[in-house]
Amino acid sequence: MNMNSPGRLRLNLDPDAIAACHESAQAIAEKVWKELEGLSTVAVERAVARLFGIDGVDSAGSPLPNVVVDALSRSGGLEDGVAIHLAKACLETGGEPQDVAEAVAGGRLDLASIPDRSRQEAEAKARELARRAIERILTRRREREELISRLGQSRQPWLYVIVATGNIYEDVVQARMAASQGADIIAVIRSTGQSLMDFVPYGPTTEGYGGTYATQENFRLMRKALDEESEKLGRYIRLVNYCSGLCMPEIATMGAFERLDVMLNDAMYGILFRDINMERTLIDQRFSRMINGLSGIIINTGEDNYLTTVDAFHHGPQVLASEFINLHFARMAGIPDEQIGLGHAFQIDPWLESSLLYEIAMALLVRQCFPSCPVKYMPPTVHKDGNIFFAHALDTMYNLVACLTGQSIHLVGMLTEAVHTPFLHDRFLSIQSAKYVREASRGLSDNLSLVPGELVEKRAQSLLLSAKEVLERVKHVGLFAAIEEGVFAGVKRDRHGGRGREGVFKKSARYFNPFDEILSGRDRHSREFLVE
Amino acid sequence: MMVDGANPVTEKRQLSRGKILPYGDRHGDGMVQVSFTLELPDGPEAEEAGRQVMKLMGLTDAQIVASEPLGPSFTFFVGYGKLLRPVDLDNLKVAKLPWEKLDPETINKMVRERLGRPIVVVGAATGTDAHTIGLDAILNYKGYAGDHGLEAYSAFRVVNMGSQVENRDLVARARELRADAVLVSQVVTQRNVHISNLTALVELLEAEGLRDDVVLVCGGPRLSHALAVELGYDAGFGPGTKPSEVASYLAQEVLKRKGV
Repeated sequence: MNMNSPGRLRLNLDPDAIAACHESAQAIAEKVWKELEGLSTVAVERAVARLFGIDGVDSAGSPLPNVVVDALSRSGGLEDGVAIHLAKACLETGGEPQDVAEAVAGGRLDLASIPDRSRQEAEAKARELARRAIERILTRRREREELISRLGQSRQPWLYVIVATGNIYEDVVQARMAASQGADIIAVIRSTGQSLMDFVPYGPTTEGYGGTYATQENFRLMRKALDEESEKLGRYIRLVNYCSGLCMPEIATMGAFERLDVMLNDAMYGILFRDINMERTLIDQRFSRMINGLSGIIINTGEDNYLTTVDAFHHGPQVLASEFINLHFARMAGIPDEQIGLGHAFQIDPWLESSLLYEIAMALLVRQCFPSCPVKYMPPTVHKDGNIFFAHALDTMYNLVACLTGQSIHLVGMLTEAVHTPFLHDRFLSIQSAKYVREASRGLSDNLSLVPGELVEKRAQSLLLSAKEVLERVKHVGLFAAIEEGVFAGVKRDRHGGRGREGVFKKSARYFNPFDEILSGRDRHSREFLVE
Repeated sequence: MMVDGANPVTEKRQLSRGKILPYGDRHGDGMVQVSFTLELPDGPEAEEAGRQVMKLMGLTDAQIVASEPLGPSFTFFVGYGKLLRPVDLDNLKVAKLPWEKLDPETINKMVRERLGRPIVVVGAATGTDAHTIGLDAILNYKGYAGDHGLEAYSAFRVVNMGSQVENRDLVARARELRADAVLVSQVVTQRNVHISNLTALVELLEAEGLRDDVVLVCGGPRLSHALAVELGYDAGFGPGTKPSEVASYLAQEVLKRKGV
């Protein structure tokens, strides 16, 4: 990946302070994982079922992964993990996991009453099924790599736009058009309610509020259209959807199967903004990120959202601190830095004197703290109120800061933010401005340098030191307590409250998840298999 | 642009009193700027269709100043035209808001002196709506555009339930807290889902016998006071509303209802 660089425009930052931030963030993530290692969730198990190839719905419309996991939950076998039960059932019936799931749904098979087999035999079958899933994902990953090497891709920053018609077929029309106008990345917005649904809808969808549902069929339809568009345009167009919510691991799996390229995946977003239980989110994010990592998908974290609820000028340190934590959670799940797209945003009050300098300071600081990460920069939204002409001017300044400071993923701001979901021509005007600034400012950062000790550098240094203090404090009290205190985005959540808590369970001594074993590299043979 | 020696105001298009036209660069010119997209490939046909759209809007001298292809089958237009039928100000009906704008000190003082306790306000973004930006701007201490939210007033005790709250949970909370006022925010909408959500809340409050006990207020970018009243609310606040406007209304309305 061609990482964008801010050229000669560099801040003088204390390397010891950056190292201290990493050290605290790593300790925070490790401590969380130590506390949660003995737990799994229904969403992780449903993802395992999907990875084993289970898809479709029963006669009542319930997704088969839910049917299987719910059946095991009722009969008391879920604590061992869904993998071992499916492996045993496949051995017993000679069928595939999909056949097993259909038999369970049809009431013809009771997973709990399958005769026991040797542990070794069942685990070997589960590993075999897992390797097949991993090969399926790696095939899609290689496909992406081949397409990029054959078709090429834009230079960074990549222009990222959203489509949100609420109808997948209409979304396809708008996405094709956005790509032909110059967008490099297309995000399909989900229906607002989906993050709180404890299942993933099935099939193509033509409804939703503020977007349409993330379903595997919708992913497939959009990927197919963008592949055609990529061929036509001679550059690879990336596709985005959302892992966040109660189904993070399952959606990561669907994204891996359908060759999505970028997925929104934040370790804490669900907790803070959707009131999802902390343990549930932190367990789910880990498994979903293991799958994202394997599929070569770039994850995008959601720190930009903090700045829509709290003041951007004063909350820079919390944003930076959260980025360090998100980075280390992602690394722990096996994602390389090149796939960790940390998020931040241009949200300072534009009428604050020198606001542009503060924006440059923050953007450069994030770029320099995470040099290998494809950082994602979000446009102003808070200070847009329907004056579309001013909003367009504000976006143009944002575009300049994005290009000047070497951001990798550049979410294109919309002049009609706060009015309606983008019209066709809103997207055109916004992409036109972003493209103009990207080309017109090419090389600008190589021609400029910062004056030491002046506002930009001083601001960045002070943000870094404050972030270091925030991280030390979080490390001291632990992440759970810090969230209970409202350290991030000013939102307080209770460790034992929130949605989806009933879906968290304690693993039995017999619990087995072949993906955990293979992808975390505990199994040496498997690691070699992956490297091949 | 003004030409030396010419006084546009004295030109023949001097409007009579009580009549108004859009103002471009001179009195009475009626100039209007529009932009829109047609599902046609760029070309003479699309441009003529664009002018026709403007004529249908009632614009004369329709002029397309920019036409940009948006992909192979759509074209975006920027156009100018004249709207020469004036608005008659004498026949305008303007909804007068039934409250007076007060400053925070006055609000705090009148509630303290006349009610003797803070007004209990419960707020939520209901249904699938995950956006709390409007609700937070009105309720949270920080407020919006330098105008502090209701939490900053001693006159209010605020319970902000956040987003994606079910109507029944909101009603249960209002009952439990013996709320004086209920605030509902609706930001995202598609096929008017915000309307059905808002109506459902009114029906639920009525079924629970609580409707008359609370001042019921809604807010959001697609709402207005007139629409809110039509839906069975006591008041509605649209885009750009400052927290102090909501505070002024609530203080006056609650005190009036309590007869204090």
